[in-house]
Amino acid sequence: MELTGAEIVVRCLKEEGVELVFGYPGGSVLHIYDALHGQNDVKHVLVRHEQAAAHAADGYARASGKPGVVLVTSGPGVTNAVTGIATAYMDSVPLVVLSGQVPTKLIGNDAFQEVDSVGITRPCVKHNFLVKDVADLAETIKKAFYIATTGRPGPVLVDLPKDVTGAKAAFEYPKKIKMRSYNPTVKGHAGQIRKAVELLAQARRPMLYTGGGVILSDGSKELIELTRALNYPITNTLMGLGAYPATDRQFVGMLGMHGTYEANMAMHQCDVLLAVGARFDDRVTGNLEKFCPNARIIHIDIDPSSISKNVPVELPIVGAVPNVLRQMITVLREENLKPDAEAIGRWWQQIDEWRAIKSLSYRGSDTIIKPQYVVEQLYKVTNGQAIVTSDVGQHQMWAAQYYLFDRPRQWINSGGLGTMGFGLPAAMGAKFAFPDIDVACVTGEGSIQMMLQELSTMKQYSTPVKIVNLNNRYLGMVRQWQEFFYEKRYSMSYMEALPDFVKLAEAYGHVGMQIEKPADVEGALREAFALKDRTVFLDFLTDPEENVYPMIPSGGGQNEMLLAGRDAMKNVHEEGMILV
Amino acid sequence: MRHIISILLENESGALSRVAGLFSARGYNIESLTVAPIEDASLSRLTLVTRGNEQIVEQIVKQLNKLIDVVKLVDLTEGGHIERELMLVKVRAATHEQRAEMYRLTDIFRGRMLDVSDSTYTAEMTGPSDKLDAFLATLGAENVVEVVRSGVTGISRGPKGLHV
Ligand SMILES: Cc1cc2nc3c(=O)[nH]c(=O)nc-3n(C[C@H](O)[C@H](O)[C@H](O)COP(=O)(O)OP(=O)(O)OC[C@H]3O[C@@H](n4cnc5c(N)ncnc54)[C@H](O)[C@@H]3O)c2cc1C
Ligand SMILES: Cc1ncc(C[n+]2csc(CCOP(=O)(O)OP(=O)(O)O)c2C)c(N)n1
Ligand SMILES: [Mg+2]
Repeated sequence: MELTGAEIVVRCLKEEGVELVFGYPGGSVLHIYDALHGQNDVKHVLVRHEQAAAHAADGYARASGKPGVVLVTSGPGVTNAVTGIATAYMDSVPLVVLSGQVPTKLIGNDAFQEVDSVGITRPCVKHNFLVKDVADLAETIKKAFYIATTGRPGPVLVDLPKDVTGAKAAFEYPKKIKMRSYNPTVKGHAGQIRKAVELLAQARRPMLYTGGGVILSDGSKELIELTRALNYPITNTLMGLGAYPATDRQFVGMLGMHGTYEANMAMHQCDVLLAVGARFDDRVTGNLEKFCPNARIIHIDIDPSSISKNVPVELPIVGAVPNVLRQMITVLREENLKPDAEAIGRWWQQIDEWRAIKSLSYRGSDTIIKPQYVVEQLYKVTNGQAIVTSDVGQHQMWAAQYYLFDRPRQWINSGGLGTMGFGLPAAMGAKFAFPDIDVACVTGEGSIQMMLQELSTMKQYSTPVKIVNLNNRYLGMVRQWQEFFYEKRYSMSYMEALPDFVKLAEAYGHVGMQIEKPADVEGALREAFALKDRTVFLDFLTDPEENVYPMIPSGGGQNEMLLAGRDAMKNVHEEGMILV
Repeated sequence: MRHIISILLENESGALSRVAGLFSARGYNIESLTVAPIEDASLSRLTLVTRGNEQIVEQIVKQLNKLIDVVKLVDLTEGGHIERELMLVKVRAATHEQRAEMYRLTDIFRGRMLDVSDSTYTAEMTGPSDKLDAFLATLGAENVVEVVRSGVTGISRGPKGLHV
């Protein structure tokens, strides 16, 4: 039977098992919206801004592990979505973005609502397609899902001219797809794995540094098994939090610019480093010349271009995390390799000394709400079980530092692009994926105002999220840098004329609360989470000038951390200033 | 170091801009780029000359391989290879002496005269890029009216070929 291109699109989504599409209609996608009408296989969520469609699909994907699907119209629909696409790209999140396009005959004509969508998105997608013939449509969508979800995941855009969705073709969804030019390596090289395990077992000051790749590949189980078998310390990047349980004894906290003292010191002093699904980002390495000066490095990554990009690596292993770790565990057992217990014992002793510095301690207060305290209470009130999304800024770092994530896909934030506005729509997407799990969005008064309109979507679809606004009346992260590096010249970092967030929440049909006293923090959180089916906007008025510690100023080495209450600004390197 | 990278690319619209975009987005240098379809119409072959230290060239190769439209590639400079570039050059040849001198130099460099006018000669020459450079230097900038170079193409020595 022949179907229209629009019907084919919907059928393809059904074949892929897609339950939800986040989108916004417009002229060039009207055929598709017509095909969505009156069927129940694929549900459509009408967001209020296309950027939110991409973020919501992204949040859905990060929470569930399934690809997120976005549908937007040509021109402004696509350009609005670009920030969301780039956000997903930087954090390697699988999205399939279907965009309308002007009819093929008009392409290149400056037609109404025409942009070169393939051109605009090229640098921020894993791949993209322009479908010119309805006969190619089903196969192209199949390829899009295949590319988005395999190898190093990422967004794929499929541009659909209106005449293509209007034309008819026979529908057959390909069962399998094989591409001669794309075939990611999954299994690790046996020889490299043997060498890696032997090197690891000889280590006297070993360190495991693991990242988002563990979560993206669902490799936590294998990671935990290997780490426990070795009894080595482990740190996670901001993107990797939850991949290893934060409450476990072997976990030394996050590393990097705002990581713990023990994690960064252990990195700096280790003799063998096993990097797993982490990309040696500049927030992590600090000054490259001072990075892990004594370490022999093993790096597992599915993307060869992540390996030896910033830091030369002695033992590269290309492959998927679960597969490679499983191979390593097998070799470790077969060869019965035992680390030197005494050396490892001494190493733990050293690490415990660093731990004793308690780099995450902060001065509490009875009179003013400390942002760290709010996150600690959030952790307590949700029993550490909530899915937590965040926006970008100081509040993001506090959420990462003080909420202890014990399972993967529990912590959802924009690390690579650092997109303010991500948190709320991502929380909504996560709630769609897990209606029965509490979802909190930790945000700031700056970030939340970038995607506020989604409060309306959340009302329409009843996706209750608890919004934890750490309202410091500052673009706090910017202010902190201005305090440290620009002699407190607070240029444009103060947020004047803030709205009344309580009334605002109410205007959208939600519950609003403002909390001013530390004593009220826990109670307010309990009250909010008790309102199971309501979105609650908790506006916490927090200490305006609190800073995020520890901090490695850009240009510093991992052992040059600033600790709360101890260090005035020092170690600020000229060269570091340009690293931002 | 100068590297000649030879690529089999899907012959899709936009594939070339992915390669070019990669170089500009990541700040890699492209010295020359040639591209043409090959006997298998679904592919084109692209030859690219770039410069960079070992680490940069390693990244370039990895990033190129990561492009979905790149089917296969080889860094020709890693092994024995033949490199050729085509150049057309129009030189001043107004006086008798100029005409004789230009003719003689072209002959020495094994070029070929393609066209004459009452004040110019146009010669064709193929060879490795440095030979073409040497020819131009010998002619002297003051004698050259126009130069067109094709960019480098190359092929590996020995029995192996770059195939899908
Ligand atoms: C304000 C701010 C402050 C920040 N401060 C810090 C900080 O202090 N510390 C910190 O760590 N980060 C920090 N970041 C985040 C930082 O910018 C990076 O996003 C982050 O460090 C990257 O994490 P990652 O290395 O785990 O890589 P990701 O971006 O998660 O990349 C994943 C890696 O895994 C690989 N991979 C994917 N799938 C697989 C698979 N199946 N098998 C194997 N490998 C796979 C990918 O190829 C890639 O190399 C901050 C961000 C912001 C916005
Ligand atoms: C879209 C976007 N614009 C600008 C920035 C730069 N930026 C990073 S953090 C920050 C301040 C965020 O303020 P707020 O949301 O109030 O969080 P706080 O740091 O105060 O916790 C800014 C402006 C960004 N990350 N994203
Ligand atoms: Mg703020």
